[in-house]
Amino acid sequence: MKDDDTRQPETSSGVSRRDFMKISAVTAAVPLVMGTNVVQAAGEEVPIQGPGKVPVTLNVNGKKLGAELEPRVTLLDALRGPFDITGAKRVCDRGACGACTVLMDGKPVYACSVLAIDAQGAKITTIEALTEDGKLSPVMAAFVAHDAQQCGFCTPGFVVATTSFLQKHPKPTAEDVRRGLSGNYCRCGTYNGIRAVALAQAGGEQS
Amino acid sequence: MSQYSWPDPSTRPLLGKRISRVDGPSKSSGRAKYTYDYNPQGLLAGKILRCPYAHARIVSIDTSAAEKMPGVKAVEVIQKPGAEIFWAGDEIVGVAAVDEGTVDDAIRAIKVEYEVLPHFVSDAEPPKNVATDSGPISEDDLQDMEENQVPDDEVIAAIQKRGISFKPTDKDYESMKGMGVEPPVIAALRNAKYVEAPAKPKSAYKKTALQTQGEPDKAFAAAATVSEGVYGIPCIVHCCMESHGSASEWPSDNEMVVHISTQNVSGIAPQMAEPLKIPAGNINVLQQNVGGGFGSKFSADRWDINTANLSKKAGGKPVKNMLDRKAEFEVAGMRPSAYARVKIAADKDGKIVAWDSRSWGTGGVGGGGTPPLPYILEIPNQRKQNTAISTNQGSARAWRAPNHPQAAAITMGAVEDLAAKLKMDPLELIQVNLAIAGPRKDTYKEEFAIADELMGWKKRWHQRGDTTAGNIKRGLGLSMHTWGGRGHNSTQDFSINPDGSVVIKLGTQDLGTGALTIITIVAADTLGIPLDQVKVMYGNNHYPASGGSGGSTTSGGVTSSTRRAAVNARDALFEKVAATLKAKPEELEAIGGQVQVKGDTNRSLAWKDACAKIGAVPLTVQGKNPNKDEPPDLTNSGVGGVQMADVSVDIETGIVRLNKMVAVQDCGLVVDVKTAESQVYGALIMGISYALYEEKILDPVTGRVLNPNFEFYRLAGLSDIGELKVHMMTGKGYDERGVIGLAEPPVVSPGAAISNAVANAIGVRVPFLPLTPQNVLNALDAAGGSHA
Repeated sequence: MKDDDTRQPETSSGVSRRDFMKISAVTAAVPLVMGTNVVQAAGEEVPIQGPGKVPVTLNVNGKKLGAELEPRVTLLDALRGPFDITGAKRVCDRGACGACTVLMDGKPVYACSVLAIDAQGAKITTIEALTEDGKLSPVMAAFVAHDAQQCGFCTPGFVVATTSFLQKHPKPTAEDVRRGLSGNYCRCGTYNGIRAVALAQAGGEQS
Repeated sequence: MSQYSWPDPSTRPLLGKRISRVDGPSKSSGRAKYTYDYNPQGLLAGKILRCPYAHARIVSIDTSAAEKMPGVKAVEVIQKPGAEIFWAGDEIVGVAAVDEGTVDDAIRAIKVEYEVLPHFVSDAEPPKNVATDSGPISEDDLQDMEENQVPDDEVIAAIQKRGISFKPTDKDYESMKGMGVEPPVIAALRNAKYVEAPAKPKSAYKKTALQTQGEPDKAFAAAATVSEGVYGIPCIVHCCMESHGSASEWPSDNEMVVHISTQNVSGIAPQMAEPLKIPAGNINVLQQNVGGGFGSKFSADRWDINTANLSKKAGGKPVKNMLDRKAEFEVAGMRPSAYARVKIAADKDGKIVAWDSRSWGTGGVGGGGTPPLPYILEIPNQRKQNTAISTNQGSARAWRAPNHPQAAAITMGAVEDLAAKLKMDPLELIQVNLAIAGPRKDTYKEEFAIADELMGWKKRWHQRGDTTAGNIKRGLGLSMHTWGGRGHNSTQDFSINPDGSVVIKLGTQDLGTGALTIITIVAADTLGIPLDQVKVMYGNNHYPASGGSGGSTTSGGVTSSTRRAAVNARDALFEKVAATLKAKPEELEAIGGQVQVKGDTNRSLAWKDACAKIGAVPLTVQGKNPNKDEPPDLTNSGVGGVQMADVSVDIETGIVRLNKMVAVQDCGLVVDVKTAESQVYGALIMGISYALYEEKILDPVTGRVLNPNFEFYRLAGLSDIGELKVHMMTGKGYDERGVIGLAEPPVVSPGAAISNAVANAIGVRVPFLPLTPQNVLNALDAAGGSHA
């Protein structure tokens, strides 16, 4: 499988969603044929992983990390569990709140909504790797200076999202910030500070 | 007079400045560890099978298949066959297994048979014929009243009038005390007459007796203007980013260590001791950071006890169970709903003369809260009655300023409608009525003047209904609020090391309020040393106890104990160095990193050199706050705040957008302006969220929560908040009152202010929050269907 399967249009990934449903039907009908890890579906050979544990190797923060994981384990749970990288947080666990945001090949993703097996081959960067030589990154320092955090549980996700946003929008307008940082939730209500971080870091317009 | 006081404003190197939170770097870099992050070797995953029915009886439970599954390490039946279940999501069986996948499979393999019983989940207006609740107070009634924070005087009056149908023992009284039942209530129970409980069918409605004050009928008849309306807020959920839960392990059969997400570090062990049958002293409660609490995390919950039991069954291995988001919505607390039909009257000058309210709401099986109506305003003639509705849903828990946001939305909504009827600016109406605005009336007056300035209220306010052309209507609204916030009991150990570093130990917690930061500031300010010389150790119940972080009591509590301890330590240090400086201890001061003879920098020692005189072991003292029955010295009770909102409403789509909010807030002496402002910004944003979006929706057919997730339970995002302005009251009239808590008050007014702004914009009242497109369009339709 290609590294970035999940972000390819259906037709170019090799397996369309309709095919996938057929595959699911096949596996449901013929479960656990030992030694078989390829099935015929829609006239093609498709590899099957699981349902038991399979070896998974992830490239996280420049290190190769390996574990035996069930295919249903998410990238988030792989990071937080076996690899003990706990900066990304599990909050909604279904792609609504952004507290688990990490970078996958430089793009922000909700790690709760990516399977660990699908993240193999991609370059995963978590909040832990955004510190620079053990020092706070400029974005992190700005979160402190603008008090853009209270309980702090959503903060790592926001710092990753903000860092990535500012790379893409080095001179954001207030409207850019409103749109670009709306993928994360905070319950303590730190948005005012986060907005200030994004605008001040870029030296952009003040809201 | 107390020997403790805050330093004179001219000698406060750090107090009242703008200082970044000291734990900011650990949080923004992702290094900060939370209970959810606890991940020791061999950690087992805990999970609970929850009842899918809102009301049921357990017929049978079969866990045999789950127990046989490879990787399952412990199974505990929490509620046995025969037990009656009162809400969907209630705990049935707990399982611990090697990983989350296995525990999920094991939960699915458990077979539970239920007898499904009829449920009731509606908090719609009660029927008119509901009888007043007049029988004796049962144990359940008392517990409901306490949980719903019914004012003590009302509880006492009910006990005296109606008697009690249970016979509390001394042990019961002790446990009531432990749960926070105040001594006057316990005294009333001791003196209460016992009345046999009448046999009557259980009703979902508990209606209080009609309370009358003054002569409301006469006052309404004589009034120049009477306004009537319906107002209210539905149940909403705390939505802590870090869900509830804990990780437990047993180093030996008689010792337990629990990492728990809590706002009550010092209060957890006593709650766990009895169910776990070990001494509270053998329980070590730990928590470094907590991902939100907002009032919902004071208890060791049934799932926490289950986690500890599973760990014990699994040979003491660590077991962690953090609730998933759905369970969080079902069982981990909510804010009770409150609605009211209100009649309010004024004389020809706008002086409010009469109030009548019939309120209702639900807080789960226990009934509902009792909003303090009318809010703030001491209206001379009033009549009111409240009906608490018992519904089959997980119980309410304290939610930031319990009952106040509801009372404010109801009262300030009615006041705004009255002003509209009088064709009066509501700001003017409030000013006319400040005489009845209670003890903080002067504060409101000053604050409204500042808010007016920041919002441009007087310049921009228009009569109800924006008459400009087009479908976008703009309007302004306001509200005011109050809260107590006196510091809680807090004790701490305070050590100065011979190298000059300072260590403070106390069993408190920092919910993100900045507690850790203000403790550090007060210690460093008192000793005249830099912030980084002070290390605060907290989040461990083996440190001296501090109260739970509820009711905005932490800031006043921990700064008081810190100031006391720091003064004690400083004075003890002066004793040690006085001889060297050839002065008496009382002639010394600690300032600018020196210990010196007051005002004489030539007779001084650098802080480090002064501390070298301490000797081989640290100098350790304690700081302990006075009891609640003593007058406060470094803290106080009672703050005032006002807020104004500016909204635009699209009357074709019903979408409300927040343009701007202004908050002017008092909290006595502000220790750190930066984190104090953050509290208020946060409260405004949380307020915008519940005003515009939040509602816990229960399905009348299944009794389940229909939106137990963040897709369908909407929170405000960064794009929803508009421009925010916060002004903290400081200086004379505020500083000398001491430190007062700030967490609750600013979250009270947003619902009222925003609802009032919408009414001012579109010309009609949207009776109930949240101000969703549907509710806005319904209100417009009801008023004559004008969508443009």
